[in-house]
Amino acid sequence: MDLEYTAGERAFRDEVRAFVRARLPGDIARKVLEHRRLEKDDYVRWQDILAERGWLAGHWPREFGGCGWTAVESHIFDEETAAAGAPRLIPFGLNMVAPVIMAFGSAWQKSHYLPRIRANKDWWCQGYSEPGAGSDLASLRTRAVREGDHYVVNGQKTWTTLAQHADMIFCLVRTDTTVKKQEGISFLLVDMHAPGVAVRPIVTLDGEREVNEVFFENVRVPAQNLVGEEGKGWTYAKYLLGHERTGIAGVGASKRELATLKAIARSERRNGRPLAEDPLFAARMAQVEIELIALEATVMRVLASRGSAPGPEASILKIKGTEIQQALTELMMDAVGPYAAPFRPEAMALDAEDAPVGPEYAAPLAARYFNYRKVTIYGGSNEIQRNIIAQMVLGL
Amino acid sequence: MDFSFSEEQQLLRDSLARFVAREYPFEKRRAIVRSAEGFSREIWAQLAEMGLLGLTLPAAHGGFGGTAVDTLVAMQALGGGLVVEPYLASAVLGAGTVARAGTPAQRERLLPAAARGELLLTLAHGEAGARYDLAQVAARARRAGTGFVLDGRKAVVPWGAQADVLVVSARTAGAEREAAGISLFLVERAAKGVSVRGYRTIDGQRAAEVALDGVTVDAGALLGPLDEALPIIERVVDVGAAALCAEAVGVMETLNAQTLDYLKTRQQFGQPIGRFQALQHRAVDMFIHLEQSRSLALLAAVRADAEDAVERARTVSAAKAHLGRSGRLVAQAAIQLHGGMGVTDEMPASHYAKRLTMIDFQLGDADHHAARFAALG
Repeated sequence: MDLEYTAGERAFRDEVRAFVRARLPGDIARKVLEHRRLEKDDYVRWQDILAERGWLAGHWPREFGGCGWTAVESHIFDEETAAAGAPRLIPFGLNMVAPVIMAFGSAWQKSHYLPRIRANKDWWCQGYSEPGAGSDLASLRTRAVREGDHYVVNGQKTWTTLAQHADMIFCLVRTDTTVKKQEGISFLLVDMHAPGVAVRPIVTLDGEREVNEVFFENVRVPAQNLVGEEGKGWTYAKYLLGHERTGIAGVGASKRELATLKAIARSERRNGRPLAEDPLFAARMAQVEIELIALEATVMRVLASRGSAPGPEASILKIKGTEIQQALTELMMDAVGPYAAPFRPEAMALDAEDAPVGPEYAAPLAARYFNYRKVTIYGGSNEIQRNIIAQMVLGL
Repeated sequence: MDFSFSEEQQLLRDSLARFVAREYPFEKRRAIVRSAEGFSREIWAQLAEMGLLGLTLPAAHGGFGGTAVDTLVAMQALGGGLVVEPYLASAVLGAGTVARAGTPAQRERLLPAAARGELLLTLAHGEAGARYDLAQVAARARRAGTGFVLDGRKAVVPWGAQADVLVVSARTAGAEREAAGISLFLVERAAKGVSVRGYRTIDGQRAAEVALDGVTVDAGALLGPLDEALPIIERVVDVGAAALCAEAVGVMETLNAQTLDYLKTRQQFGQPIGRFQALQHRAVDMFIHLEQSRSLALLAAVRADAEDAVERARTVSAAKAHLGRSGRLVAQAAIQLHGGMGVTDEMPASHYAKRLTMIDFQLGDADHHAARFAALG
């Protein structure tokens, strides 16, 4: 039992910290730390900087051009970049489709797509959910019919995060309607710029455009873009879900948000003294912080015991990680009291021209609280995660 | 970073688990709880034989010089079998205080006998009205010749009626809630002026109200520095709180397993009740509480030995606050999922639930530790 970082890990932390301090653009960091709106260019700029340093895919195995970081090193990287206000890395290419291609992709897919992801050449998005296939994902209906050396895709995906920026989408499509629903699904990589692909925004409850509907009308996809075997898409999707759930814990970002919450609570006042010293509010903050300390240790335990592709236990990380993220947005909103109410989308931009209403930090907090209701729904809702644990871990 | 136990720790864990399974069946525990003394001298001797009672005591005084992580391994195994024997009270709190604060002569007089299981100690610190505030001590010790005379009342002292030696805190200076002015004394339970009213606790353990009326002790009874015992008490209580967290994890492990077993076997509506999603999700929440608690208990054990008092206090309080709350929730869920059987004395689960709940009341409850955690920033 030794829970200290090794000298090598501490040196790595210093190296990451120094790099981020030197290279993370100040305007991007301010947007993240102040909860402002991030544009495509913000993500791309930061990911280009990391790609240039060879760290965008640092957690990938060396054989695929990564640095082969250990789970602990990846955690340190996440923690340091998040603390400094770096945007989250768009996970769809780096952490979602890439592990599937590494495990099941063809030689061509590995040599073509992985270097492009590593170099931040393509923006990927995820084509899983459909209007009739949410938690019951296997009932998806988007069809892919083989015609010679192409698949012809027709159907619709939805809740597609940042599809408006995307160059590529990885899709679960139905290639066989005559077999059990899980067995007729294939995993297909589709060019978002191909004829017949259309993207339509869905405005979310915070007034922002983050998710979209994606329509496919007779989209021709080269057969070489089928990952693995036809009909095995469901197996690959489950493999991917394991990867998604660990990243989803979001410990580094939650630590940063906790620090922000504490700063706001020191600045706000209640009964003539700092809100941070109010026993009720302090107790609520303490409870979240304690959960976060526990979660961080649980993440490390899971990663230490299972390597980079954890099993169904990882559902715990998704459940607790997202509950904590939501609790933090809720406390921050509560902290500003009546100034939670003003809704000014223009204040989501950096250096808005008009004067702020109330404290500068208050403007995005309620919108953010509402935006974060998504986290217990996406990536397999927390109820689905509980089903997974009940069946796969507890044997119920 | 390494979350694995050493070979010795795994050996200890496995041998204790085997011992509990073999020597501590639930019916035997029932008989032990009902017995006059409330614990089994035979089991106690066997625990001593296994080296458990000297696990963390100094090697120079009959112990094995173990760490708080060793204590975690022991407490988790004892919790798993709902062992009532006064390991925490005697080995961790009583002997632990002597090991930390005693002179070589005091250690030599008490610790080897404690490690052999021949001498029972306990820490008599809490007082009525103090709740969990460690600095609130009203009991007084005034100088008399070269020694001291003690007067005061100690509340809910674990195994106070069974212990041979009480480690008693008393004020040698200062006002009731002042940090300075507290000293520790070694007091024989059989000494003149000590009266002990023992009772059972709801979780099948024992405790006592201890009255000290003009108890005379000699200078050699002073344990640790005069007036400055509070940091020692805080440290021992942190180690004890971390140990309770480990015990709670062991209790939860067994309770969760019992509950899962019940969900898989109990039939209603023509199927095992564990097929129902409402019950599944409650069982999953029990599992999540256990895993989060396990993480914090490990952190607390590792930091309980830390020299950095703030780091130690923050981590232990985080763990104890969490365990207090999650223990309560797991106990409630376990009873609920057992249905009517959950509220019977017959089911071991109800006894596990009672112990898990009462752990919150020892060495600081969830609110106390959350407030302490928050105050440390």
